[in-house]
Amino acid sequence: MFDLSGRKALVTGASGGIGGAIARALRAQGAEVVLSGTRREALEALAAELGGGVHVVPADLSSADSVEALVPAAEAALGGLDVLVNNAGVTRDNLFLRMKDEEWNDVIAVNLTASFRLSRAAVKGMMRRRFGRIVNIGSVVGSTGNPGQGNYAASKAGLIGMTKALAAEVASRQITVNCVAPGFITSPMTDALNEKQREAILANVPAGRLGGGDDVAAAVVYLASSEAAYVTGQTLHVNGGMAMF
Amino acid sequence: MSDIAERVKKIVVEHLGVDAEKVTENANFIDDLGADSLDTVELVMAFEEEFNVEIPDDAAETIVTVGDAIKFLEKNAA
Repeated sequence: MFDLSGRKALVTGASGGIGGAIARALRAQGAEVVLSGTRREALEALAAELGGGVHVVPADLSSADSVEALVPAAEAALGGLDVLVNNAGVTRDNLFLRMKDEEWNDVIAVNLTASFRLSRAAVKGMMRRRFGRIVNIGSVVGSTGNPGQGNYAASKAGLIGMTKALAAEVASRQITVNCVAPGFITSPMTDALNEKQREAILANVPAGRLGGGDDVAAAVVYLASSEAAYVTGQTLHVNGGMAMF
Repeated sequence: MSDIAERVKKIVVEHLGVDAEKVTENANFIDDLGADSLDTVELVMAFEEEFNVEIPDDAAETIVTVGDAIKFLEKNAA
C-alpha cells in the first residue's frame, strides 16, 4: 500500500520541519523528490541525508519570477511531475488592528498566491499524463481562526477553497487536489515553550501530545498514493483531535 | 484540404473520440463535438505540441470551432 515508486514529487518549504518530514516520507515510499525552499544549505543537508533520488531547487516563493520558474525546473530535473506538495508558508503575526498591509500581503503572497501559481503550472503536465496529486498544507487555524493571525488564517482558509475549486475542475483527468491541515506540531518554536505554556496547549489536545512532522507526512503520503484516487477536494485534519469537523 | 487542417482534425478526433465526419470546419468544439471547457484547454495544449507554437490565452479564447483552430495555425504555425 501507498507505494510511490516511479512517482516524481516537488515539495516546497522542504528546508522546514514539516516539509523535511514530508520529503523524507515521500522518498521512503519510493518517490523521486525535488526539495525546494529558501535555505540552500538546509536543503543540501537533507539531500545528503537522503542519498539518491533527490534534487535541490532553491526558490523564493515571495518572488513571482522565482515561482514561475520552479515547476519547469522541477519537471526538467525529474522528467515530469506527479505530486506537488504546496507546503511553504510564512507567518507575520499581529493583532488585526495593528496589522500592516505589508504583513497581510507577504503572507497571502507566499501561502496562497504561490500555491495558486505552482498548481496552475503543475496541472498542465498532470492533465497530459492523466495523473496528478496536489496536496496543499493548510492549518487548523484556516478552519478555526486564531487571534493575531488574521492574515495567516485567511491564507489557509483560502487554500481550502482553492483546493475544492481546482479539485472539481480536474477530477475527470485523474488528478486529485486535497488539503492537509496540521494542528500543533513540534518545531523549534514549540520547543521554546515553557512547561506552563505547553500544558495550556495540551489541555486542548485530546491526544495529549503535540504532533510530529511524521504525523503530517503520513497524511501526505496517503493522499499522494494511487490508493487515494477517489479522495479529492478534502481537508484532512491532523491535529490530535484539538478541533473536529 | 491543407496538411494543417488534416492534422488539426486528427487531433480533434483522437482527443474527443468523435467520428471524423463530424469534425467539419464549422463544428463548434463544445456545442457540436461534446467537448467541455477543460477539453478545449487540452485541445489547445495538443495543438501547441503538434505545431510547436505557443497559443496565448487571449487567442485560445477565440478558437471555438475546428475552422478557428485551422485558421490560427495556418497563420501562426511555422
